Amino acid sequence: MKYVFIIAGVLLIALTIAAGLIWVERRLLSVWQDRLGPNRVGPFGLGQVIADTIKLFFKEDWVPPFSDKPVFILAPGILMITILLTFAVVPFGPDFYVFDSNIGVLFFLGNSSLGVYSIVLGGWASNNKYSLIGAMRASAQMLTYEVFMGLSLMGVVMMADSFSFCKIVEAQRGGWFFIPQFIGFIVFFIAGIAETHRLPFDIPEAEGELIAGYHSEYSGMKFGMFFVGEYLGITLISALISTLFFGGWLGPSFLPPVFWFLFKTFFFIGVFILLRASLPRPRYDQLMELGWKILLPLALLNLLVTGAILIFLK
Amino acid sequence: MISILRSMWLTFLHVFHKTETVEYPEVKPYLAPRYRGRIVLTRDADNNERCVACYLCAAACPVDCISLQATEGKEGRRYPEFFRINFSRCIFCGFCEEACPTYAIQLIPDFELAEYDRQNMVYEKEHLLISGEGKYHGYNFYKNAGVDMGVKRKGEGDNEEKPVDIKDLLP
Repeated sequence: MKYVFIIAGVLLIALTIAAGLIWVERRLLSVWQDRLGPNRVGPFGLGQVIADTIKLFFKEDWVPPFSDKPVFILAPGILMITILLTFAVVPFGPDFYVFDSNIGVLFFLGNSSLGVYSIVLGGWASNNKYSLIGAMRASAQMLTYEVFMGLSLMGVVMMADSFSFCKIVEAQRGGWFFIPQFIGFIVFFIAGIAETHRLPFDIPEAEGELIAGYHSEYSGMKFGMFFVGEYLGITLISALISTLFFGGWLGPSFLPPVFWFLFKTFFFIGVFILLRASLPRPRYDQLMELGWKILLPLALLNLLVTGAILIFLK
Repeated sequence: MISILRSMWLTFLHVFHKTETVEYPEVKPYLAPRYRGRIVLTRDADNNERCVACYLCAAACPVDCISLQATEGKEGRRYPEFFRINFSRCIFCGFCEEACPTYAIQLIPDFELAEYDRQNMVYEKEHLLISGEGKYHGYNFYKNAGVDMGVKRKGEGDNEEKPVDIKDLLP
């Protein structure tokens, strides 16, 4: 019975945050662009989220006749499923997690790899050249950045001596990992942006050049799933950054641990949105160059040095 | 790397900037007197129509949204029989105002022209004509023109000389 409540709680928190981010992002962007942003519907424009959701539900859910229908319908679901599954291993508090897997980090990496399928299949099934180009870019980008996303986490895993997220958080009682693992943090952060294909790495979508990339043929709630999936991805990466590098739910005890976890998560969500507000999109080859020529060697070096120091200290 | 962090910081500093936009229906933006909005037809100080129906505005209009028909009054004074502006076509370029020799047609700082019915965007003369002088006070075309239309006699304007008797030999 306890599990049901926790699962419901995690789902509720994750989906509410993801939907609320639609409003948060628009308001924050407007603050940084000297605008007012949506402030009409309800207090502070918070009703905008509900209005947008209702709008998405009532839009015509059109499946193009030239598309590969089963795959087309399946694709947005894969994104939601893989991201929501990963939330199962994220500890929201000392006793607030769905299950404490001893391979939690690997579970996350595996799920984020499966998430590529959603975009590739969505772009392929759309039978539209822009969608296909977007899907191709997405697959190349995500495969590239997944390589050192995993490698950048290995330093943390070595220091915590465990793949379990709960053990990693516990291991940070002496000090948060972003100080000894600063390079790992930077690499994971950049890889996380690329993994959720957020701006400035939104090359698969790139509305200026590819209309909307892999989801240009999607409408109604199927588009909504891609849309919310992107925000869920941001929430997940922010939650993982705070879990892996910033002590997760650890914090001064005058406030409950869940608060500290959510506070850190929201801070990184804010940084994600700030990145969107301030940086232009790089060219495709620049993205690949950054990945293979700079970040991959950096992640490997970090791994090597961390391992050497840990052996030396033993 | 430094430049990326710097641009992020500079973007963040916009938190402390004043917003450029205003909450429109409650707060109205300031519009300069020469703002090019709704088109009106003005009258002179004697409350007569300024428009002499010369068709120059209709000729200057790049989207052909002005349509009018000239007619003459008792003293031979020209005025438009009808004057119609289709605001769903108008691009508010102000060429009609520039073309107008009598300052009759003027663009004023009002842009709230939205209608639910497209037919309501067509303004007839009674909608266009206002009772005031608009932006140019005290101007009367017939005080400067050479013709006598009851405003001043021929040759009695400020920048005018007496008519020359062409049948006389004296200088």
